[in-house]
Amino acid sequence: MREKELEKLKEYKYGFSTDIESIKAPKGLNEEVIKFISNIKNEPKWLLDWRLKAYERLKILKEPDWQKPKYPKIDYQNLYYYSAPKSFKEKPKNLDDLDPKLLETYKKLGIPLQEQKRLNNIAVDAVFDSVSVATTFKEKLTEKGIIFCSISEAIQKHPDLVKRYLGSVIPITDHYFATLNSAVFTDGSFVYIPEGVRCPMELSTYFRINASDTGQFERTLIIADKGSYVSYLEGCTAPMRDENQLHAANVELIALDDAEIKYSTVQNWYPGDKDGKGGIYNFVTKRGLCKGKNSKISWTQVETGSAITWKYPSCILKGDNSSGEFYSIAITNNHQKADTGTKMIHLGKNTKSKIISKGISAGFADNTYRGLVDISRNANNSRNYTQCDSLLIGNKCGAHTVPYIKNKNLFSNIEHEATTSKISDDQLFYCNQRGLNQEEAVSLIVNGFCKEVLQQLPMEFAVEAQKLVGISLEGSVG
Amino acid sequence: MLNIDNLYAKIDKKAILNGLSLKIKPGEVHAVMGPNGSGKSTLANILSGKQGYEISGNVSYENKNLFDLAIEERAHKGLFLAFQYPLEIPGVNTSNFLKTSLNAIRKSNGKKELDALEFLKIVKEKASKLKMDEKILNRQLNVGFSGGEKKKNEILQMSLIEPKMAILDETDSGLDIDALKIVANGVNTLRNKERSFLIITHYQRLLDYIKPDFVHVLMKGKIAKSGCMELAEELEKVGYEKL
Ligand SMILES: Nc1ncnc2c1ncn2[C@@H]1O[C@H](COP(=O)(O)OP(=O)(O)OP(=O)(O)O)[C@@H](O)[C@H]1O
Ligand SMILES: [Mg+2]
Repeated sequence: MREKELEKLKEYKYGFSTDIESIKAPKGLNEEVIKFISNIKNEPKWLLDWRLKAYERLKILKEPDWQKPKYPKIDYQNLYYYSAPKSFKEKPKNLDDLDPKLLETYKKLGIPLQEQKRLNNIAVDAVFDSVSVATTFKEKLTEKGIIFCSISEAIQKHPDLVKRYLGSVIPITDHYFATLNSAVFTDGSFVYIPEGVRCPMELSTYFRINASDTGQFERTLIIADKGSYVSYLEGCTAPMRDENQLHAANVELIALDDAEIKYSTVQNWYPGDKDGKGGIYNFVTKRGLCKGKNSKISWTQVETGSAITWKYPSCILKGDNSSGEFYSIAITNNHQKADTGTKMIHLGKNTKSKIISKGISAGFADNTYRGLVDISRNANNSRNYTQCDSLLIGNKCGAHTVPYIKNKNLFSNIEHEATTSKISDDQLFYCNQRGLNQEEAVSLIVNGFCKEVLQQLPMEFAVEAQKLVGISLEGSVG
Repeated sequence: MLNIDNLYAKIDKKAILNGLSLKIKPGEVHAVMGPNGSGKSTLANILSGKQGYEISGNVSYENKNLFDLAIEERAHKGLFLAFQYPLEIPGVNTSNFLKTSLNAIRKSNGKKELDALEFLKIVKEKASKLKMDEKILNRQLNVGFSGGEKKKNEILQMSLIEPKMAILDETDSGLDIDALKIVANGVNTLRNKERSFLIITHYQRLLDYIKPDFVHVLMKGKIAKSGCMELAEELEKVGYEKL
């Protein structure tokens, strides 16, 4: 390996790529490619029609351009929309049939696919490029009636559920990237928790982009039936490549009466090199519908990777007494950019939402919090509390807060607080004097700054996330 | 232990230290007094490695050039500064900070890092000796601490770290009489044949409890006079102007 590459590898330890033969759809975006995807996945006709409808819609949609981070035009005809390891043509029945190279890859990433190496009771579905590789712990979940599988499998085995809910939160007409996803989505995870069931373990998906020139368009659908509870975690990495890669996922959550969904993301896509070359465009649409009364959806995100992160995990609070939460850490270093936040749409009465956002910016990075709180006319006695804190490291980076507040109900109340602070040289000196080096000091201060959000993560991941926070800011001072 | 030889320091072209020399042997306690703005904190900052000064002169620490060591390396090698104005770090839990600091220093000296339980036991014991409310350990570092609480927190860290060379910059300022005794006691317990102290203060009272081996007067950036306890007593009576 050349020295330069070695250097890079040290910076991003997930930056290796795996040499696996893959089956790809022909390059480009057109009806044929969509049919190819639908066909290779053996999809029912209604789904192909649904995809094509989305594609028709896409033709008249324009890419949005109101976001703060600008990027060069993406050539959608120069991308592969489907890429799957060749060994997947016949889907493996169990883990023993998996390509050992794949298992090796996941091992390097620290993802426990082999059930014998059970890690703290976490069920994992792993997505490699476009296809779901394996779902662990299936039996244990099945006992409780829980469905946790790839969305491709769900389309085959639980078509009614998929048909009923797919696109019910993010319609195919939504916006450019969401519609693109509807047309070409390849795989992702599916979760159904039956009425009254508390999912006994963390469910987790791991996404990995491996092939070059590949977009990753995964689709996740989580349904929590009445009175059920589930906690779900998503993690992601990608190899280092000099070109930018597009990741445009759609995630839909549906919580029925008295149900609760906790969705956590630790996003560590390749951020590009120190000079801003390469990296993932993370343009993701995540939306949860609190459909039933007393339902609750909570988003927690730790966004440390990607060249550009552009996403607003949102809650539509339709059921009376429903509540939505958004806890976010967005870290941008070097030339990374983030424009992220949430939308809390209050439709039902007595609905509550809480937004805690921590933006950390270092190097030449730019970090924007953008959030909408919309309390509709009929949403009596609704409340929102928003707290946005920005932390700057150095003086070449930027932080911005753009809140949109719409309160159309006299009996409802929105509170917004925002702060911007800087890690001062004196604070660093104090830490250094107590024996911490620059990196340890920054990591300690930043972890303290984001504590409220880190606490929301499931225990098993909180430690990992803390380390990630430190690593992603390495070299930001000194 | 510490040998300061003809130290000059400037900041933004302004001369602050002008040929300061001071020798501290293992086990000695030196007090430095001097008018406001005479350069006492500057001396403490430079010794602990703060950046931004234009420096000339030599300082050796344990027979090595002090200026070759990074700030944290000086800390690892036993140099400790109790800050005149301890910094607030919002969000950072005090107990966690103390533990991280202690473990970083232990680790660099090849000692086993303490786990949460071991640390808690020690820190609680030391805090109670300083008559500190344990609750303070669970608050954000120095945020909203009273002046006296901040100072005691510095002494708590000193007693955890057990440095070889401790510099106390006006740790007694703003302390009530009881707290003053407690802090003095904190110093006296650590005092031994190897450990040295440089105690910056404006008041003889602290020295009554600590009884330093030497007292120096720092004026206009250099040591104007050195002596024993009597010098402090004299200063208390006549002030600096007469010197
Ligand atoms: N960053 C700086 N820029 C400009 N002048 C400075 C700076 N830091 C210190 N000084 C000046 O250097 C001189 C010495 O300051 P220093 O803090 O060392 O005094 P001191 O002896 O500790 O005083 P005190 O007893 O009030 O604490 C003062 O005149 C101060 O204003
Ligand atoms: Mg001073």
